[in-house]
Amino acid sequence: MSEDSKQAEAVEEKPYKPTSPSSKLNFDGFWEYDDAPQSADHVEYKDQYDLFIDGEFVAPEKGRYFDSLNPATEEKLTSFAEATQQDIDKAVQAARKAFNKSWSTLEAKERGKYIFRIARLIQERAREFAILESMDGGKPIRESRDVDVPLAAAHFFYYAGWADKLDYAFPGKKAEPLGVAGQIIPWNFPLLMLAWKIAPALATGNTVVLKPAETTSLTALKFAELCKDAGLPDGVVNIVTGAGQTGSAIVNHDDIDKIAFTGSTEVGKIIKKSLAGTDKRYTLELGGKGPNIIFEDAPLDQAVEGVINAIFFNQGHVCCAGSRLFVQEGVADTVIQKLRDRMETLIVGDPLDKNTDVGAINSEQQYNKINEYLEIGVNEGAEMYQSSCQIPETGYFCRPTLFTNVGQSNRIVQEEIFGPVLTIQTFRTAEEGIKKANNTPYGLAGGVWTDKGSKIFKTGSEIRNGVVWSNTFNKFDPTSPFGGYKESGEGREGGLQGLYPYVKLQ
Amino acid sequence: MSDRIEVLKTYKTYVGGNFPRTESGRYYKVYDGDDNILANACQCSRKDLRDAVVAARNAQKGWNNRSAYNRGQILYRIAEMLETRKAQFVEELETIGYKTKKAKAEVEASIDRLIYYAGWSDKYQQVFGTINPVSSSHFNFSMPEPMGVVNVWAPEERPLLGLVSVMAPVIVGGNTCVILASEKYPLSAISFAEVLNSSDVPGGVVNILTGFKNELLEHMTTHKDVNAFFYTDPDIEQGKRKQIDENATLNLKRVRRKPVEDWLSEEAQSPYYITDFQETKTTWHPVGL
Amino acid sequence: MKISEITKTVPIDEVGVEERVARLNSRSIKKESKVQALKLALSMIDLTTLEGMDTPGKVIQLCQKAKEPHVALPDLPTVAAVCVYPNMVPVAKKALRGTDINIASVATAFPSGMSTLDAKLEETQQVVEDGADEVDMVISRGEFLKGNYSYVYDEIVAVKEACGDAHLKVILETGELQTYENVRKASDLAMHAGADFIKTSTGKVKPAATQPVTLVMLEAIRDYFYDTGRKVGMKPAGGIRKAKQAIQYLVLVKETLGADWLTPEYFRFGASSLTNDLLMQIVKQQTGVYQGVEYFSND
Repeated sequence: MSEDSKQAEAVEEKPYKPTSPSSKLNFDGFWEYDDAPQSADHVEYKDQYDLFIDGEFVAPEKGRYFDSLNPATEEKLTSFAEATQQDIDKAVQAARKAFNKSWSTLEAKERGKYIFRIARLIQERAREFAILESMDGGKPIRESRDVDVPLAAAHFFYYAGWADKLDYAFPGKKAEPLGVAGQIIPWNFPLLMLAWKIAPALATGNTVVLKPAETTSLTALKFAELCKDAGLPDGVVNIVTGAGQTGSAIVNHDDIDKIAFTGSTEVGKIIKKSLAGTDKRYTLELGGKGPNIIFEDAPLDQAVEGVINAIFFNQGHVCCAGSRLFVQEGVADTVIQKLRDRMETLIVGDPLDKNTDVGAINSEQQYNKINEYLEIGVNEGAEMYQSSCQIPETGYFCRPTLFTNVGQSNRIVQEEIFGPVLTIQTFRTAEEGIKKANNTPYGLAGGVWTDKGSKIFKTGSEIRNGVVWSNTFNKFDPTSPFGGYKESGEGREGGLQGLYPYVKLQ
Repeated sequence: MSDRIEVLKTYKTYVGGNFPRTESGRYYKVYDGDDNILANACQCSRKDLRDAVVAARNAQKGWNNRSAYNRGQILYRIAEMLETRKAQFVEELETIGYKTKKAKAEVEASIDRLIYYAGWSDKYQQVFGTINPVSSSHFNFSMPEPMGVVNVWAPEERPLLGLVSVMAPVIVGGNTCVILASEKYPLSAISFAEVLNSSDVPGGVVNILTGFKNELLEHMTTHKDVNAFFYTDPDIEQGKRKQIDENATLNLKRVRRKPVEDWLSEEAQSPYYITDFQETKTTWHPVGL
Repeated sequence: MKISEITKTVPIDEVGVEERVARLNSRSIKKESKVQALKLALSMIDLTTLEGMDTPGKVIQLCQKAKEPHVALPDLPTVAAVCVYPNMVPVAKKALRGTDINIASVATAFPSGMSTLDAKLEETQQVVEDGADEVDMVISRGEFLKGNYSYVYDEIVAVKEACGDAHLKVILETGELQTYENVRKASDLAMHAGADFIKTSTGKVKPAATQPVTLVMLEAIRDYFYDTGRKVGMKPAGGIRKAKQAIQYLVLVKETLGADWLTPEYFRFGASSLTNDLLMQIVKQQTGVYQGVEYFSND
């Protein structure tokens, strides 16, 4: 720098061609990508699915079925059985029997081998699972193919190895399985959440009764087929479909030892309350309103990409979405400009198109909820910006949206929207940024962007979140524990820590 | 026997490093083993609880920012202080019917328990933290972090050892707490507060109230600025247990119940008591040039 | 703007850059959009020969290929330019007479740049005089790495002046700069000093062009455009041999800078063997038949 400083005098600027400070990039027109649909020809699914209990597909006692739509077309995809109390009783009995007779008596290493088998079978049928996941749930094939399904397989692979190594997981204690686990999963990552639930439960020697979300049960039933293919003993995994009532029958079942739930904070609290006074163990992975803090010394282009991943990944249907952006004032304009330009390149549309970045909103209900929030935001006086992309005429689609001119007290800042909607606030000092980030009942995950290592550690330690993504966002790995502080949940899933909710320590 | 009139101790509460009386002005009588009145104890109100939670919240960040080494030293210091006042505590236990041997055993076990947890202060994160070998180019680690403020019901029996056994694992991990002392035998708890006060424990880290569990249950378990509730009562009524759990749903308070029967036994101490009041925080960072 | 402001470190996270590239690489370019991209890429090629053993014969044959890439498809676009060593400029000039194909010459003691400023300026003036439309200069990496940014800046300014009307492409030789932050800094320096294009590599150092480096440079171009409104061109050079790679580069450009840069005026490929792979893919798209190398002229 010494020579540089000698020449520190101003260098004369060259005259340029047309200059205007508000230069706009043009992302329209020339060279549009053609459709690149993922072929779904070889993928088969039935018109109607029964319940998977004790190793068999069985009709529901009451004989009721409900339709599942493809949210991108609003057409019926298939229908699922509605499990009622008697079905849950059967499933729990089957799981209890399997726990007592086969699963808990099996040697740990053999248990592990079954789980390895499951992992491998998912890998073999990865494309099929990815396509079905996108058809049933609306998520882009790029994500189901590159994220959901590979991670689901990896989860089984990771926990399979734990089955015969539990003695090393809990220093000074011996881990015993709990028994029958009742598991209820959401619609945003159907197969992946199934993996998060079933893999650690089986590895620790428990058996399960799992209820997928009513709008996205298809891959869970495909998984049931896969359990049969893997030769898993009957009753170790039972899949029951249905809506809230089915879930409540699981939560309140006397012969279930543990409840694992992923979903909204509202329902999580109802479940926690239902379990009050019982000895049932539980883990809750609930909602969030994740902060994403960009300091002025951050790698801005990567931060912008991180914001895109944080809020538009899976249509924003992510409990750990970075839905509240905090930008230090010195770089706020730059970041917003970059974000808008980046949003222009997002492709919204057919989930099965390989180029789609943002797929369909999972259901009409969710679609309406998001639109309500957009209205609330505008009515609260926030400034709304939406990308100008084309969206299909049928199906539930929402343009990537950001709101500026918002404050902590706005509802769109406080409440979880669970859609592709970002709010942007500015801050002046680190202290202010952290304070605002923590100013929420939620505490699931958050991002910190700065080039300064010591600032990462300081900020990271002060934000009250179970996951801190520094200079990255929305990263998941089977070895990495995940779960919330405060009203975002109790307990951890993933990693060594993810074994703990499924064992009793002696 | 001397003619001197003994100076009796007024038993107050311990909040924010001070010894205030209950704001309510209420008291209840504490009896010795033979139904003779020993002293008046404060019958704390919800407002006392409110103040104690504020003190605990204010102290939490600073306490957590102390180095693990320093927290360990402070716990060790508490043990030292207790050791020097052993006779006082033995005597106090005797007044409630403890035989000398039993009283001595309890005080000694309390000192040892403090040292046990003092030693964990800079180790539990090593034992329970993990480095997670994720498959992308990221460095990923998980560390236990304190939950924040913990409301605690001290065990009814073992007025000193029980108290120490529930307090030490909570605070050694960087939490602060509000402890409701044994209802029947609250005096040791207040005397112990004097030990805390002379042991470099920052004000507000441990707050000790006396009073009635039934009266304070509602606010101790519903308070929204409290992160966890810890109790031990092996014989709690089902209805009350349910009420605690239900109240905790309000802000997803973590409820930990350890129905320990014998506070002198091995089951009464373990690093898992510390991790019970910790949240796991997982941090990701890219690895690159 | 002060040099110290221009060369202020812009933090760049390596993993983030590579993830962004991986995501862009997942774009699936099919059907018409693929044909369009292949032709576009062809029109952006700086067909290059930079060998110590180059002769007029070699250069003349290369120019022939530039004019007529594939006899069977007469309607194809021609390449943007032919890129040669200074002493071959007159040969190329003659061979390309009457075409729209530009002549680009490397200069400034390519590839090392280890010469005096006077010699570099003289060489630049010479190639322009001999008919070069574009000059590809190299920056002084030694001076850059030791922090003598004003030297690098002044040198580019001087060469730019020596270029007159000829376009100046500034080669950063990113393989020697090592970090993305250095690449960014050198890009900023070159643009502020007046570069019309910034270019990754000489082709003599490995790694030559990579997509992450290109992305970082495109982002530098974008930020410079945000600030000044001036459009600077981008040229990745070296190591781009396959049509698939070329399309991936075009995706990078499209989604970072937008449609305005998808023209030879602002984007070039420094390549030689890429030409035939593009041609093979174009013919494959038209006929549905996978092609063989011996059906394409190899100059």
